Amino acid sequence: MSSILPPSNRLWWKESIDKTEWTWIGIAFVWGMIMFVMMIYWHIYGKQNLSNEAYKTTPEMFAAKAEKFIAENTIRTETDLEIPVVKVPPGGDGYLIARLWNWYPILELQEGKEYKIHLSSMDYNHGFSLQPVNINIQVIPGYEHVVKMTPTSTGTFAIVCNEFCGIGHHTMLGRIYVK
Amino acid sequence: MADNENDNDIPFMQKLLDNHFLLLVIGVVSPGVLYILWGIIDIMNTPLAK
Amino acid sequence: MATTYRTCPASGLQFEAHAEKLMKWNAVVAVLWLLVGGIGALGVIMTRWPAFKLLPADQFYTILTAHGIDMLLMWILHFEMAVLYFASSVLLRCRIWAPKLGWGGFWLMVIGGLMTNVAIFQGESSVMFTSYVPMQAAPHFYLGLILVAVGSLIGCAIFFGTLVVAKKDKTYTGSIPMVTFGALTAAIIAVFTILSGAGILIPTFLWSVGLIKEIDAQLYRMVWWALGHSSQQINVAAHVSIWYLIPAIVIGAKPLSEKVSRGAFLLYILFLQLASAHHLLSDPGMSAEWKVLNTSYFMYFAVMASMIHGFTVPGAVEAAMRRKGFNNGLFEWLRKAPWGNPAFAGMFISLVSFGFLGGISGVVLGTEQINMLMHNTFYVPGHFHTTVVTGTTLAFMAVTYLLVPTLFRRKMIWPKLCQIQPYLFGIAMSITGLVMMGAGTLGVSRRHWDMAFSGAPFQYEWPGAAYLMMGMTGFFGVITIIGGALWIVLVVGSLLFGEKLDGGAVSDKPTPIPAATPAAAASHHGSDHVAVPGTVILALALLVAFVLYYYVNWKYLSEVWLLS
Repeated sequence: MSSILPPSNRLWWKESIDKTEWTWIGIAFVWGMIMFVMMIYWHIYGKQNLSNEAYKTTPEMFAAKAEKFIAENTIRTETDLEIPVVKVPPGGDGYLIARLWNWYPILELQEGKEYKIHLSSMDYNHGFSLQPVNINIQVIPGYEHVVKMTPTSTGTFAIVCNEFCGIGHHTMLGRIYVK
Repeated sequence: MADNENDNDIPFMQKLLDNHFLLLVIGVVSPGVLYILWGIIDIMNTPLAK
Repeated sequence: MATTYRTCPASGLQFEAHAEKLMKWNAVVAVLWLLVGGIGALGVIMTRWPAFKLLPADQFYTILTAHGIDMLLMWILHFEMAVLYFASSVLLRCRIWAPKLGWGGFWLMVIGGLMTNVAIFQGESSVMFTSYVPMQAAPHFYLGLILVAVGSLIGCAIFFGTLVVAKKDKTYTGSIPMVTFGALTAAIIAVFTILSGAGILIPTFLWSVGLIKEIDAQLYRMVWWALGHSSQQINVAAHVSIWYLIPAIVIGAKPLSEKVSRGAFLLYILFLQLASAHHLLSDPGMSAEWKVLNTSYFMYFAVMASMIHGFTVPGAVEAAMRRKGFNNGLFEWLRKAPWGNPAFAGMFISLVSFGFLGGISGVVLGTEQINMLMHNTFYVPGHFHTTVVTGTTLAFMAVTYLLVPTLFRRKMIWPKLCQIQPYLFGIAMSITGLVMMGAGTLGVSRRHWDMAFSGAPFQYEWPGAAYLMMGMTGFFGVITIIGGALWIVLVVGSLLFGEKLDGGAVSDKPTPIPAATPAAAASHHGSDHVAVPGTVILALALLVAFVLYYYVNWKYLSEVWLLS
């Protein structure tokens, strides 16, 4: 018998399995179950789970909500482009637009406060990649994703776009301040 | 051929593994239901934004 | 249709004339695509190497799109067609079903591949392998891919047809060989993959010519990944089959247990395709339940299957070597294994690298919550270069060292270089994959032209270690490309200039596989059972690495911002 010949024993299913093999199969099974339970366990007890709150939307609808939020909460503008810096009310909702090729606006958060950050794209897929924290979330046009976030560190954070979105992809860098 | 005379002794699982077209069907249906169909249902159930 | 059968004198393998020609041409076209994809790899790596930054952004994204499609689809699918024809027609010693249809499929794949490449190099279709809508490519980009899909579906149909022919013509007795069963698994996954691909690419094509107004971006991602990721699961089933094939030919290894290995393939058939969800774990539109069940291949049953293969493949090698008398200590069988045989060396490096690097990183990356640390980072290509390249491509390279003499009837040229090649390619690619994952762990993005963000309104400085990792990716990536180029030179050189070998006797009737003698069947049971303690140690090493790395990543996750 060989791997390139039919099994020499016609009733190969009835052959007994060696004890070492059984043991390994058992170990593999148990390890698989542990990994499966880990994901469920983390949903119940873990503090880093991606929100499941999402809505179908349109770029126009989302942009309107974001513009209203920006108009009400802007505290200053930055750079020559006059990008608004928007202070998100602690415990409240913040909106972040992903579009070719920027993240708009700049958000200002407070450490230890929980925020509902609404993410959506105006055009192509984009990738929300918060650095150097390293949290990465897909941003999809037509979908509003509401992610509850609590910053645990202060400073200036970058939002890199890490989903390819065309020729200016590498210039798509946003900012979040945490006080 | 000798294999015909003792076909009745062949265990169920061996018969399944020797039935290539049945394997094809379950190999397409399993992900077709668990991944594609359930996935479409998930996407369709996404509520509209207010 | 009249045909002839040739029995190779060296290997004893029997080649039917039509199947032989189909295999040869699919293999040759595969190598040509590897060449195109390899040149693309050079452009990609020299641009991402921060010290060089070779190409401008537009060319980089064009080349990256071509590299992805030509490697992941064209090279691999053409080679897999050859593998399917080999595992059916050659191993079952029968005529191939409907060879004319096979040529139809072959030409569809060739034309489709060329069409998509023309679209890419015209510059208007730099949409990456994934071509996420609403980013739009030229219509012939999608049309080419559809033709490739139809062509490979025909290849699968021929494989199934040939199984029927073999059964009807009674060229074998009992069950199909293990390697053919593995190929069957690959073909089944391929059918699901191609149906899903058609399900999304046809509407996308219609959208690109204006017949459909809109395609939901989330729906596209979900269905597209049933193509994009499952196509890599075809590779897993195919290269695991080759892991069984090579030791069987080189050292006469046989499976430890037909039941266990085939059962593991059954778990692949049932669940492997679900892992397409790995790419959607950080998406808005899919429920957590869907993510958890699918990403875990239905409670990790396909991972269990891979761990079983990871035990039974080296176990079969150990048992065969011990039967040959290399019985001292735990690892004499491993030390005395035929490391100078490039087919064996390539296969074993493929096994180890896939298991320790590609497999473990894949499961960690595919853990729902941990995925947020790595989604779309350079970790992702790091992971799949240790599955698709050190796993699949290296296994295909290894088996080619056997196919050139037996299928193409040419002796390999420059045997010393042949011996070195799998080590050069396999080790360099493994290191490249590792440092890519390292850069990804630090957050570096994939598919990104400039990690210095030139032209952005703000600055962000990656940690110095990230630049170091990207530099190492460049350096070892180039060595990998040299290893790949060496393989192409050796194979093409051998096909053109290698010493011609005797093709063996030709007959117009197939010689069926002799039915196993009762003595052989009896000898399998009991008397020649060999314990495999060395393999147990290797498997435990894998398990320890797996568990540690898995929990290290949960630790990393627990340190980021709180999310709910």
